Amino acid sequence: MTAVRLPMSGARVFFVGGVMSYRALFSWQSPTFYIPTMLAHPAFQILFFAYLGRFSHVRNDAFYVVGNAVQVSAMAGVFGVAMTIGGERWTQTLAPLLATPANRMALFLGRALPQIANGFVVSAFGFLVGRLLLNFDPPLSSLPRLALIVLVSTAACTGFGLVVGAFGLRLRDVFIFSNPAYFLMLLFCGVNVPLSALPHWMQIVGSGMPLTHGIAAAREVAAGASLSSVSTLVWKEALIGACYFLAAYLLLRLFEAEGRRRASLELV
Amino acid sequence: MKALRLVAIGWLFQMKMLSRSSFDGLLGILWPLFFATTAFFMFRTSHDSRALLYAALGSSVMGIWSSTSVAASSALQRERWYGTLEAIVGTPAHFSLVLIPITLAMSTVGIYSMAATLLWGRFLFGIGVHIVHPLLFVIAVPTTVLAIGLLGFLLSVTVVRYRTAWALGNALEYPVWLVCGFLVPLSLFPDWVRPISWALAPTWGVRAIRQAALGGAPLWPVAACIGLAALYGIAGTLLVDTVLRSARRTATLSLT
Repeated sequence: MTAVRLPMSGARVFFVGGVMSYRALFSWQSPTFYIPTMLAHPAFQILFFAYLGRFSHVRNDAFYVVGNAVQVSAMAGVFGVAMTIGGERWTQTLAPLLATPANRMALFLGRALPQIANGFVVSAFGFLVGRLLLNFDPPLSSLPRLALIVLVSTAACTGFGLVVGAFGLRLRDVFIFSNPAYFLMLLFCGVNVPLSALPHWMQIVGSGMPLTHGIAAAREVAAGASLSSVSTLVWKEALIGACYFLAAYLLLRLFEAEGRRRASLELV
Repeated sequence: MKALRLVAIGWLFQMKMLSRSSFDGLLGILWPLFFATTAFFMFRTSHDSRALLYAALGSSVMGIWSSTSVAASSALQRERWYGTLEAIVGTPAHFSLVLIPITLAMSTVGIYSMAATLLWGRFLFGIGVHIVHPLLFVIAVPTTVLAIGLLGFLLSVTVVRYRTAWALGNALEYPVWLVCGFLVPLSLFPDWVRPISWALAPTWGVRAIRQAALGGAPLWPVAACIGLAALYGIAGTLLVDTVLRSARRTATLSLT
C-alpha cells in the first residue's frame, strides 16, 4: 500500500499543490496586475526593440518579434516562479511548508507547472502583438511547430526560474536575483543582438542559458523551416532546461538544509 | 522659504533612504547598463558612428525615467505599507510639498545612470561624447531631472486609487522610452504619436541634452521642459487636494 500511496501523494502535491500555490501566491493573476505586467509590458518590450531594430538596421521585424516573444515567457518563468517560492517567505508559510514531509521534487516542480502554462500564454500574446502591429507574418503551417518550440523554451526558462527562485530560500528578497536574471537573458540569449555579434565569452555564456537555442529554432521555423531541421536546437534547449531543473532541485535542498541550520527561513 | 526648505530636507531624506535600499541600489546600477549594452551592440552592428552617439545619449537619459516611473507610481503605496501615509497627510504642510521631494529624489538617482551609461559607452565601446555646449549641457541635465521628477509626481498622484500602481509604472517604462525618442527618432513613428510625445517632458529633455552635446539650439527644448514641468507640478498639486478629499471621505487612506 505504501508503495502505491507515495507516488499518488507525490502527484497530488505536484498538481494540487502547484495550482494552489499559483492561486495563493501568484498575486499577479489579478487583472489589475496581470494586464500591465504580463501583457502590456511584454507588448511594449517587443515594440521597443522592433523599432530600435528598424532604426539600427540590424535585422527585420520578425527577428525582434520572435526573439522577444519567446523571451517574454521569462516574465512567468523567472519572475513568476521566483514570486511563488519567494512569496512563501513573505506570507510566513515557508517554515510550515518545509516542516511537511511532502516530496520536495513534487512540491517545487508543482510550483513551476502553472508558470509554464502562464509563460506560454504570455509568449503567444507577444507573437499576436507582432502579427497585428509589426511586419511579422509567419506561414500558418508553422504555428504548431512554433508552439512546440515555445513550450519547450518556456519549460527550460522555468527551470532557470526555479534556480533563481531557490535563492528565495536563502535571501530575504528574491527579486534582487530575478530582475538581473531576466535582463541577463535579454542580453545573452540572442534576443535582440545576433549571437555572432556578441563577444566570444558572451556567446559561450549564452549557449548555456535557456531560450538561446529555442529562439534560434523559433526564428528558423517562423521563416518556414521544418521541425526536423531544427531538432538539434530543440533538443539542446530541452537538455539545458533539464539541467536547470536538476540544479534547482539540488539548490532548493541545499538552501532548505541551510535555512534550517541557520534558522533563517522566517526572516523577511 | 519654508516650502523650499521642506522640499530640500525631504529630498535629502529620500536620497538617504534610496541609497540604503539594496534592491534599488543593485538595480539602479545594473538596469541602465543592461539596456545601454544591448543598444550599443545593436548600433555597433550597424557600423553607424552617428547612430552610436545618438544611442549613447538616449540610453543615458533612459535611466532617469526608469528610476522614476516604477518608484513614483508606487510612492504612495509604499508609504501605505510603511504605515506613514496617514501621518504625512496629517502634517500641516501641503501634501504636494511632501510628495514632490520623494519623486525628485527618484529622478535624481537617474543622474548616476546617466553618468554610468556614458562612462560604460566610453570605456567599453569607445563612444566618446564630445560636448559642444558644456554650459547648456549642465543646464539641460538638471532641467530634465526636474521635469521627469515632476512627471513622476503627477503620475504618483494620478494612480493613487490604483492599488497595483507599481505594475502600471512598470508597464509605462518602455512606452515612454519609445514615444519620447530616447533611442528611436520620432520620425519613424506614425503621426498620431507626435502630440503624445510633445506632451511628455522627457521628449524635450532628451532633445535638449542631445542638442547641447552634439550641437544645435537646446534652449527651446529646455524652455519646453521647464514649461511642462510647471504644468505637471500645478496639475499634480490640484489633483492632490481632490484625491485626499476623496480618500478622507471614503476612509481609504490606509487601505493596502
